[in-house]
Amino acid sequence: MTTVIEKMACKIRQDIIEMLVQAKSGHPGGSLSAADIMAVLYFSVLRIDPARPDWPDRDRFVLSKGHAAPVLYAALAERGFFPREELLKLRQTGHFLQGHPDMKKVPGVDMSTGSLGQGISAAAGMALAGKIDQKDYRVYCLLGDGEIAEGLVWEAAMAAAHYKLDNLVGILDHNGLQIDGRNEDVLNSAPLKAKWEAFGWNVLEVDGHNTEELLNVFDLAKNLKGKPTMIIAETVKGKGVSFMENAVGWHGVAPSPEEAEIALAELKGGEINGC
Amino acid sequence: MGVKAGLVKNGKIATRDAYGQALVELGRENKDLVVLDADLSKSTKTADFAKVFPERFFNMGIAEQNLIGFSAGLAAAGKIPFASTFAVFATGRAFEQIRNSVAYPRLNVKIAATHAGISVGEDGASHQSVEDLSLMRGLPNMTVLVPADAQETYQVIKAAAAYEGPVYIRLGRLAVPVLFDDSYKFTIGKANVLRPGRDVAIIANGLMVGEALKAADILLEQRVEAAVVNCASLKPFDSETIIEVVKETGAVVTSEEHSIIGGLGSAVAETLSENYPVFLERVGIKDTFGESGRPHELLAKYGLTAKDIIKAVARVLIRKHSI
Repeated sequence: MTTVIEKMACKIRQDIIEMLVQAKSGHPGGSLSAADIMAVLYFSVLRIDPARPDWPDRDRFVLSKGHAAPVLYAALAERGFFPREELLKLRQTGHFLQGHPDMKKVPGVDMSTGSLGQGISAAAGMALAGKIDQKDYRVYCLLGDGEIAEGLVWEAAMAAAHYKLDNLVGILDHNGLQIDGRNEDVLNSAPLKAKWEAFGWNVLEVDGHNTEELLNVFDLAKNLKGKPTMIIAETVKGKGVSFMENAVGWHGVAPSPEEAEIALAELKGGEINGC
Repeated sequence: MGVKAGLVKNGKIATRDAYGQALVELGRENKDLVVLDADLSKSTKTADFAKVFPERFFNMGIAEQNLIGFSAGLAAAGKIPFASTFAVFATGRAFEQIRNSVAYPRLNVKIAATHAGISVGEDGASHQSVEDLSLMRGLPNMTVLVPADAQETYQVIKAAAAYEGPVYIRLGRLAVPVLFDDSYKFTIGKANVLRPGRDVAIIANGLMVGEALKAADILLEQRVEAAVVNCASLKPFDSETIIEVVKETGAVVTSEEHSIIGGLGSAVAETLSENYPVFLERVGIKDTFGESGRPHELLAKYGLTAKDIIKAVARVLIRKHSI
């Protein structure tokens, strides 16, 4: 199973580079850091059906860090929600893949996001709806580590614990970098584990690039009752492309065609991370 | 069905009270209806619903952004959430949540905000929204409703629940006269001509409709025939009816308990300038914040009474007849 998922993560990373070089803008760093998490979710964890994106009993996924749209679009396309060719029309006038996810335009997108902090709040609302209706679907929400400076994240965290939303799983893509620099330099959010625990969540920690560990931790989260769960995934921003890894400058800049060529060669050649 | 007689005192009842009653009835009719509040349920009257349907009432605490965010998620999963707090906090504190999580994805969230306008009274300017309609009217996909009395509120709430999409409903704290009976019919997107008139049209919404009717009575004694139009559906805006009435009168006065910037006065001015320019005067809050005081004293101080409408009518008629 893990090798299939790893291959898919590698394809998703290649898709991200191909999309961004075409679009000439977008966010590679935070998309690449989440590729393994998304591959695990879309090719193992999520109960979804590409033929029925509006299936009422499906698991939901909310990309609270909406600027990582390329990783979501790549996962959805690879999973069969829409043709892969669409990926190359990202951010172009008249095409449906918006710069940030639009639930009304893209099959498989469960919430429109992009304004940070709002995704987790809506995801918690979906989880509450599941509880009201006594449905067994689960809601997964990917957050950025810079994003959690938003006050709304903590409003949502408090309410999700208050309403015992154990059908809600957050994943914190902890790559340590945000637009203006390192998290601890821009606005320190440590200690992460203690914060989420203090807000009434179960906290699990995982290597966000180890698919086997990720599978285990999602499995474990399913059995934790009475509280929402936050998975703090340690990741590397730009993971898989040597010159993008841990480089602040690759937050919101698209690669040039030459840079993309090198990136794709690395990803296809399996030089890093067995890709 | 209509407003319960028991709630009306001396012919008056606040629109928020009618909201509370309508919610309970809707809760019985529709199991998907859920209600959220931000620690103001006794004031917004959502406590009425909470008492009958505790399993469908969710207090979000003093966290308005999350009130809207949760509502968006609930709507995305098929629920019909009514989210309530004071108008200042609903539209101000949570503006961007309304914009990006509700209006943009066109989710089926109803924002029923109470304590709108300066008739909030003693709490003062921090709690008196004079700009909420301006904020909501500017949002694509948003429907904006401003009922005048309890009967209309009752119908507005039912119409909002039946409508698929985001709706902002502006409600008041102050007890206001019941103007309409069961025969009154509110429709989203329609203005109601309450009385015809050929000299001037008074276009109002919210508690200023009652003042407009009073003004029209007094004007008639002075042989001025004023048409009165209730524009509860601020958006979608019924340009057709407004233009039709104004063609008859050639002069118009707008009247609202809101800033003259961005609300009803602006909507009427925009429509008429483009389609049928006539002389216009705007009665409303003149680009200023309110202050603490008794509601009726404040309404008088800020120029929001029948007397102020009559003065505006006099001004507009002088202009009309000077050409």
